[in-house]
Amino acid sequence: MKSFTYERVTSAQKAVNAAASTPGARFIAGGTNLLDLMKLEIETPQHLIDVNGLEFDKITMTEDGGLRIGALVRNTDLAAAPQVRRDYAVLSRALLAGASGQLRNKATTAGNLLQRTRCAYFYDTNQPCNKRRPGAGCAAIGGASRQHAIVGGSNACIASHPSDMAVAMRALGAMVETLHSNGQVRTIPLNDLYRAPGDTPHIENTLDTAELITAVILPKPVGGKHIYYKVRDRASYAFALVSVAAIVQPDQTGQVALGGVAYKPWRSEEAEVYLPDGANAITMHLLADAHPTAQNAFKIKLAERAIGLALSNASS
Amino acid sequence: MNPRKPSEDGFRLSRRQVLIGTAGSAVTAVFAKADDVQAVTRMETAADPPSSSHVAFILNGRRYALDVDNRITLLDVLRERLHLTGTKKGCDHGQCGACTVIVEGRRINACLTLAVMHEGDSITTIEGLGTPDNLHPLQAAFIKHDGYQCGYCTPGQICSAVAMLEELKAGVPSHVSSDLIATSAVTDAEIRERMSGNICRCGAYSNIVDAIREIAGGQA
Ligand SMILES: Cc1cc2nc3c(=O)[nH]c(=O)nc-3n(C[C@H](O)[C@H](O)[C@H](O)COP(=O)(O)OP(=O)(O)OC[C@H]3O[C@@H](n4cnc5c(N)ncnc54)[C@H](O)[C@@H]3O)c2cc1C
Ligand code: SF4
Ligand code: FES
Ligand code: FES
Repeated sequence: MKSFTYERVTSAQKAVNAAASTPGARFIAGGTNLLDLMKLEIETPQHLIDVNGLEFDKITMTEDGGLRIGALVRNTDLAAAPQVRRDYAVLSRALLAGASGQLRNKATTAGNLLQRTRCAYFYDTNQPCNKRRPGAGCAAIGGASRQHAIVGGSNACIASHPSDMAVAMRALGAMVETLHSNGQVRTIPLNDLYRAPGDTPHIENTLDTAELITAVILPKPVGGKHIYYKVRDRASYAFALVSVAAIVQPDQTGQVALGGVAYKPWRSEEAEVYLPDGANAITMHLLADAHPTAQNAFKIKLAERAIGLALSNASS
Repeated sequence: MNPRKPSEDGFRLSRRQVLIGTAGSAVTAVFAKADDVQAVTRMETAADPPSSSHVAFILNGRRYALDVDNRITLLDVLRERLHLTGTKKGCDHGQCGACTVIVEGRRINACLTLAVMHEGDSITTIEGLGTPDNLHPLQAAFIKHDGYQCGYCTPGQICSAVAMLEELKAGVPSHVSSDLIATSAVTDAEIRERMSGNICRCGAYSNIVDAIREIAGGQA
């Protein structure tokens, strides 16, 4: 691991000021992703700003009946919160399908959103990877790409986003609240947090380095049946090949987001119009622009079947 | 290596003095010399911001205060600095659970957390759960049910299980809980899912589940 300086901050403003004024600074929350990558020297921050002392560890009601989830709420606590279990069950389910009990105890809301891809070539520093070293090439294209994205990728990178939580949040219409060192507070739709890889897959989100996620806002509950269905290589403690977050109303309308298929949770409001027509109809629209590799073309069928199962569970 | 703090150099120096004249002193002296050189470099570049920090925490009921390299994980501090080697290093990447310890009542992977991030925390390792003369009930149950073969994963399994049972009591649901709202029953499926962060290379899983079930009072 490369050497770095470290500070604990006691206010959000101090955190963003430190990020603005210190070269190579990074926030650290649970550390379960950042430290993992620092050990491999894939991440090499020169300064760590420990935000764990900030009071963003609460879940509160918003004025319009939604939920404000502090950036530091741990994944375990979010999954177990009574309001979430009752009104946003898809979110509890997605969290509980991810990682392990130990990891969920540390992992935070903001850290989970910003965790980096699990592409094996990104992790293997002997392999070319545009995300790790811009311009180096992409070993996954033409390599082992079974886990990778089938939609939204580019000729530079086909990595998928590994978060389960983000998929449920996208189906729920979540917004991300941030604070910038210039004092600006922004509210970004979750969909706009993630940047398509294009020619610059190393730039993964639309946040500034001096911008701190303070909360995630969920709109007021919409009722319906909440399903999170995750397909993976073992029954627990594995990343998704494909996952589905679905909220389905009695009249078969609803929201559907896919995980494991793109650089971000994949949802299309236009495709959702076809939800009452069944899994095949919505999948054809949702994945109309898919460009799978020979090794992961199976994900299209898998996504359709996973959506089908979610829909039939919702109506049972 | 990191530049050493003056206080540590004092300790190094006296250790070298003690060791000089014993077998292997040549090697020791060379290392000590390298340390001295680093200490000089450190003074010359005193304007550099420090890459080590002070941290104090309560470990198994005792207070510890130490200067640590910012890079050192809690796991390495426990094993290498404090010589509490009950906590094991399996993968060092959060994938196996061998390093599970209980911090502020919660199980975490000690390999994926920096020691400096634990200022003021209360930490329990396997050494703090029980002793050979006074075993924690789960330690006794693991022995009774043969919940191990090589034993390497066992401290992590036991620390994980202790905190997992508290999570169950607190009503935390799991991936296999059919009802998210109700408190989960202690079934084998629940125990297995909740313990999935602890890998056992020897495959002692069924005996591990037996041991945990006995303490949790669940049904097979
Ligand atoms: C073995 C293993 C298995 C896993 N399995 C799964 C799985 O199945 N599903 C899944 O979804 N995840 C899984 N994970 C990933 C885990 O969910 C993430 O590591 C975790 O959510 C990251 O959260 P953190 O708080 O620890 O983030 P950190 O490691 O602290 O930070 C991650 C990133 O977010 C940034 N950051 C943190 N907080 C803020 C903030 N407030 N504002 C701006 N930036 C911030 C950091 O700078 C860093 O870049 C797994 C991890 C491991 C090690
Ligand atoms: S898919 Fe992206 S992360 Fe994986 S090797 Fe290619 S460039 Fe790197
Ligand atoms: S050593 Fe920490 S999880 Fe494997
Ligand atoms: S007893 Fe050998 S790894 Fe579990």
